[in-house]
Amino acid sequence: MTSLLSISKLRVHFPVRGGVMLRQTGAVRAVDGVSLDIAPGETLGLVGESGCGKSTLGKAVVRLLKPTSGNILFEDRDISHLSQRALRPLRRDFQMIFQDPAESLDPRMSVRSIIEEPFIIHSLGNRAERTRRVNELLDRVGLPSSAADRYSFEFSGGQRQRIGIARALALKPKLIVCDEPVSALDVSIQSQILNLLVELQKEFGLSYLFIAHDLSVVKHVSDRVAVMYLGKIVELATAETIYRDPRHAYTKALLSAIPTPDPLARREKILLEGDVPSPIDPPAGSAFGHRISHPLYQETIGMDLALAEISPGHLVAADPCCLSTEDWRKIGHGIVPPRIPG
Amino acid sequence: MNGHPENILEVDKLITSFETDRGLLRAVDQVSFSVPEGKTVGIVGESGCGKSVTAMSIVRLLPQPAGKILGGHVFFKGRDLVRASDAEIRRVRGGDIGVIFQEPMSALNPVHRIGRQVAEVFRLHKNISKRDAWDAAFEMLRLVRIPAPEKRMMDYPHQLSGGMRQRIVIALALACRPSLVIADEPTTALDVTVQAQILDLMARLQSEMNMSIILITHDLGVIAETCDEVVVMYAGRVVEKAPAEELFAHPLHAYTKGLLRSIPTLETPSKSVLHTIPGMVASLAEHTHGCRFCQRMGRISSGGGVSRERPAFAQISPGHWVETCHYCYQP
Repeated sequence: MTSLLSISKLRVHFPVRGGVMLRQTGAVRAVDGVSLDIAPGETLGLVGESGCGKSTLGKAVVRLLKPTSGNILFEDRDISHLSQRALRPLRRDFQMIFQDPAESLDPRMSVRSIIEEPFIIHSLGNRAERTRRVNELLDRVGLPSSAADRYSFEFSGGQRQRIGIARALALKPKLIVCDEPVSALDVSIQSQILNLLVELQKEFGLSYLFIAHDLSVVKHVSDRVAVMYLGKIVELATAETIYRDPRHAYTKALLSAIPTPDPLARREKILLEGDVPSPIDPPAGSAFGHRISHPLYQETIGMDLALAEISPGHLVAADPCCLSTEDWRKIGHGIVPPRIPG
Repeated sequence: MNGHPENILEVDKLITSFETDRGLLRAVDQVSFSVPEGKTVGIVGESGCGKSVTAMSIVRLLPQPAGKILGGHVFFKGRDLVRASDAEIRRVRGGDIGVIFQEPMSALNPVHRIGRQVAEVFRLHKNISKRDAWDAAFEMLRLVRIPAPEKRMMDYPHQLSGGMRQRIVIALALACRPSLVIADEPTTALDVTVQAQILDLMARLQSEMNMSIILITHDLGVIAETCDEVVVMYAGRVVEKAPAEELFAHPLHAYTKGLLRSIPTLETPSKSVLHTIPGMVASLAEHTHGCRFCQRMGRISSGGGVSRERPAFAQISPGHWVETCHYCYQP
């Protein structure tokens, strides 16, 4: 076993109902055929714009959502279609940290009850042991033990995120899905939380699925990065490679759009027209090709645009609209005659 | 004071307070800066530092009745807006000063069509017919590069994407060809690729119309890419201000340095320990004397020879001002 988590062809669709009888009239294809894996101790960064399905993917991984199809192997066991009851003992191993700790922490529970709850649910330890563990956890995430008897709303955003992390850590999980864990925080607090997450990973050998829209933050914490666009992964490589040598046109545009905190380094930006298309009835062919009105768009309808390896460990969607001529020659399926502009 | 004709706006020792249950909170504490004609001035700081309140004080859009301007001047084209009548300020606001808010959905009226909302600005500020206002609105949508403007005029705000909505808000703000635009976190709610579109649009319109812009943001990357001058605020005060290139190359205040070092960039080695600023942003309710950043660093309570006087704000090199606290001023 080399991977802790292995997802294959995962789909999460939400029905769209309409009409008098509320019949299903369509589907939001939030996650549409995603395959990826995460090794023990690894951080996989997941980036993409709002509505691309990254949060849905994160929730499906920890089975807060039921996938429509596909498999999720956690330590070689398929959890994609287990019942909530069957999942419960397994949940110790995968936890989640949410973007807004104010919304994910119950305001009527003391910090102690919030962190203690996982132990109670899993019938672990007696009261004294639980108290000891809560104090240990608070200490580990940098909060005083006096915090235990207060309520989450008494704390600032950064401290609340520490409480969320303490709860996620309680059962010594192997995987934590971090959904935009720092995007609601101020710059100076953001770096405190990022440092904590990196330290905890080293200490406990955690794996992270790190979901964020801030590409600099993702680069900082990730070993590998997956770029998601309209429900699909379009490029996946080591963090270093994806930032130094992006191959997919969308990744290039996304990277060029990051503002750099250096007025002397104002770069030429690739400005995209329009917005991300709707995941309800997405374009039949290349979604990104459609957005940029690529001349080859029509040809991509019905074509297999799955990821292909362009160099060892570097996967990119085999999409003639989004690759350079040279890259397309390398991994294309030869379906489109080589009349590629540029 | 008001002796620099090249400055379109001069904010001088502005003090804005809020009446709360815990007493009077000074959200803006003697803030001074100026905006040269045709330039972009960025105000940067963390949540609660008073950057938005400063901007809203300029156009007197403070929450009522709690918010009050207690002192200082805001000279706009030589006229003091703090002392202007309500009728006067209404003419200026949306007229010669445009305002762009962070969340376009809350700046637009959900029950009126886009066309009507944009046309309304012309009806209010220029004495023109409905027909002409409608045509002017159409021109504005074209100017902010809305695709198929004739179709969008008939849409409601919820039918547009976030980026398109923000373009509408920009159209509203620019309708009367203002000489100053105040943009409060105009791209914070948007995705990076859409942010790049909007910033590009603002820069183009700025040079076409020769406007000045006050850009409020917490994002130092956006500041670096768009601003000519930067004002760094902390706990209601300006701790440093300088031309953008100078500020990023030679930050002098410990807070500015800390902020710049805290953000990971694409060049930061992966998983390295990032610089952090201990503690959290100062609460306005505590302590109003001495250096606010020393207070955050825990230097005030320990005594230790830290002055309880407010440090002087001094010019160190041409255009580069900093609060010269004994500890925080680090040349």
